[in-house]
Amino acid sequence: MPAQIAVEVGTTMWRCVSFGLCVAAVLAGEAKAYKAYVSNEKSNTISIIDTTEKKVVGTVKVGQRPRGITVTKDQKYVLVAVGDDDTIQMIDTASNKIVDTLPSGPDPELFIDDPTGRLLYVANENDNTVTIIDIERRARIGDVEVGVEPEGMGLSPDGKILVNTSETTNMAHFIDTTTRQVVANILVDARPRFAQFKDDGSELWVSSEIGGTVSVIDPVKRAVMHKINFLVPGMRQEAIQPVGIAITHDGKTGFVALGPANRIAVIDATTHQVQKFLLVGQRVWHMAFTPDEKYLLTTNGVSNDVSIIDVAALKVVDTIQVGELPWGVAISQR
Amino acid sequence: MIRAVIAGGLALVLTARFTTAEPLTIKIGYIGRAEKKTTISLLDLAPDNDGLAGVRLALEDNNTTGKFLNQHFSLEEARIKSGTDPTDIVVQFADQGISFFIVDLPADMLLKVAEIGRQRDLLFFNAGAIDDRLREEDCRPNVIHTAPTRSMLADGLAQYLVFKRWPRWLLVVGSHEADKLFAEALHRAAGRFGAKIVQQRVFEDTGGARRTDSGLAQIQRQIPLFMQGAPAHDVVVAADESEVFAAYLPYRTREPRPVAGSAGLVPKSWDPAHDQWGANQLQNRFMQSFSRRMNALDMQTWSAARMIGEAAARVASGDPQAIFTYMKGPEFALAAFKGQKLTLRDWNLQLRQPILLADGRTIVSVSPQEGFLHQFSELDTLGIDRPETKCRLK
Repeated sequence: MPAQIAVEVGTTMWRCVSFGLCVAAVLAGEAKAYKAYVSNEKSNTISIIDTTEKKVVGTVKVGQRPRGITVTKDQKYVLVAVGDDDTIQMIDTASNKIVDTLPSGPDPELFIDDPTGRLLYVANENDNTVTIIDIERRARIGDVEVGVEPEGMGLSPDGKILVNTSETTNMAHFIDTTTRQVVANILVDARPRFAQFKDDGSELWVSSEIGGTVSVIDPVKRAVMHKINFLVPGMRQEAIQPVGIAITHDGKTGFVALGPANRIAVIDATTHQVQKFLLVGQRVWHMAFTPDEKYLLTTNGVSNDVSIIDVAALKVVDTIQVGELPWGVAISQR
Repeated sequence: MIRAVIAGGLALVLTARFTTAEPLTIKIGYIGRAEKKTTISLLDLAPDNDGLAGVRLALEDNNTTGKFLNQHFSLEEARIKSGTDPTDIVVQFADQGISFFIVDLPADMLLKVAEIGRQRDLLFFNAGAIDDRLREEDCRPNVIHTAPTRSMLADGLAQYLVFKRWPRWLLVVGSHEADKLFAEALHRAAGRFGAKIVQQRVFEDTGGARRTDSGLAQIQRQIPLFMQGAPAHDVVVAADESEVFAAYLPYRTREPRPVAGSAGLVPKSWDPAHDQWGANQLQNRFMQSFSRRMNALDMQTWSAARMIGEAAARVASGDPQAIFTYMKGPEFALAAFKGQKLTLRDWNLQLRQPILLADGRTIVSVSPQEGFLHQFSELDTLGIDRPETKCRLK
């Protein structure tokens, strides 16, 4: 795979030499170096990937069963939920060392920070609550009761509506972030695991792992407008288990990880039609764009690797070995 | 007013806590067995609330969901002795407005309650009886089965033994009726998946206590003696639902061979050690409430109560007929921590489910095994399939 990229770079160089604009063109064509942080659920580590070099440049030992992961808005910390230690660890992005913890409830799994970067909303699977944490003060400042086994967390772009999915209740709970009250509950298909708003706030997508669908919800009407189904030729329906979702900034293309179907579905996010399936590693869980949206990285749980998708070409261009059972991925903004 | 909206099926969105109307109450009855099975190992003795704890947890789960939908689930519990007439308790529950019954009773008693229920439009969930005949010649249109069948259990085990390339089985069968039925299922499984039963021996139950002060000295000598002279075999498979001898086989066989079936590697719907696919969360909730881990019977009763909760949420109604129709339909899916959705076989109302293979400490594997294919659902490689069924639901 790297060979293919070298050829592309070579072609660019050859072209630019012929036009006498070589250096500028190569620099412009080069993706900026970002750091991707991958949580390895089994090996209790975070693999740090340089997205330009496309290789692991560091490994951080963390607590038991790391899953949900994000980089704080100020880029100073990587937050990782270590479920079996009932806490969220803070890794300093400068030193790559664990410097502190956040007081989540029991068994934290997924979380999302608000647009200001001040608050963190955490799904605690074991006690049917969403916990609100003040990141700066490292303090738990509130709880919201939701359905059984809260998991997916989405936040409207204006930060006003928090959406939590509950895996056994099978709902997307709409929480008003000002009053911290549940204001709506929307039934979706079985075992909803992830919630993702479009950047313009016009749609909310919720994946249902056991139901095998993605519900497209109108956040204003608070109703399911469409259900995306996935038919992979030659694959039994039970193996299609949607989990992670990513939608491009322009809201035109959606990506859905299909778990043990080992594929990422590419969806026209305007018509909600599946365009194609990209074969990635085994048991694909979650994904993240590089900030320039040039690449999409996916975590492949069973094959212990990360696939790199070229977003423009809609092709898998590289595979990187990481730790055991990679689960979550977050990418720094610089 | 709220109910009218729900009945209209338009209430996809309901505001929580602002609802002041009386919740819709859905009443569930649980009828279990009064007596407990004697087991060889103390560790296998069923806890007092075996099965009942599963229903109670599912009720909690249903009610957590129900508070967002203005639905409430209530539970009435009863236990009856084997061989007694279950009519009174069924009638008594029905008179209280209960339409859904989760039942853990022997096959004949289950058939009796189903008959009583037919006249009153009651719906039953067989959570305890694994007899194939209840899904075949004795199937009933008002009985859903969340317990797996003997043939599903046997097939789940057989697929794994074949995957391991242990095709030569020495089958040891107990002398009770249930043991013979399990042996029949194992014979069928061996034939379907390409294993060979090299010999079958019967271990007679001569009576006697499972626990004695003189202890294990005799067993250590008796088991190898019983097993001498057997033809070459890869694995010893035991059919001993009555718990007379199987647990004595591992480490005491004449040849150094693994044991499977009723001891050693055991096929089951659930196990206290199961933690995959989010099961850890369910086990944690269960532990918090009942100070123990979840057994197979608990999972079978939990599944039944969750099926009612799930369907009631989807149809936004407590009407038994609407709930039953939804469960049988193509939209229904139960998420039960087994890695894929569970659905109903529409020809006999058996819940499709993966079979766990447990060694008492860990889950060794989960069937169906890779490569056992099926045109409709790989879960239908387990148990008696549609083309072979003797069931006519009417």
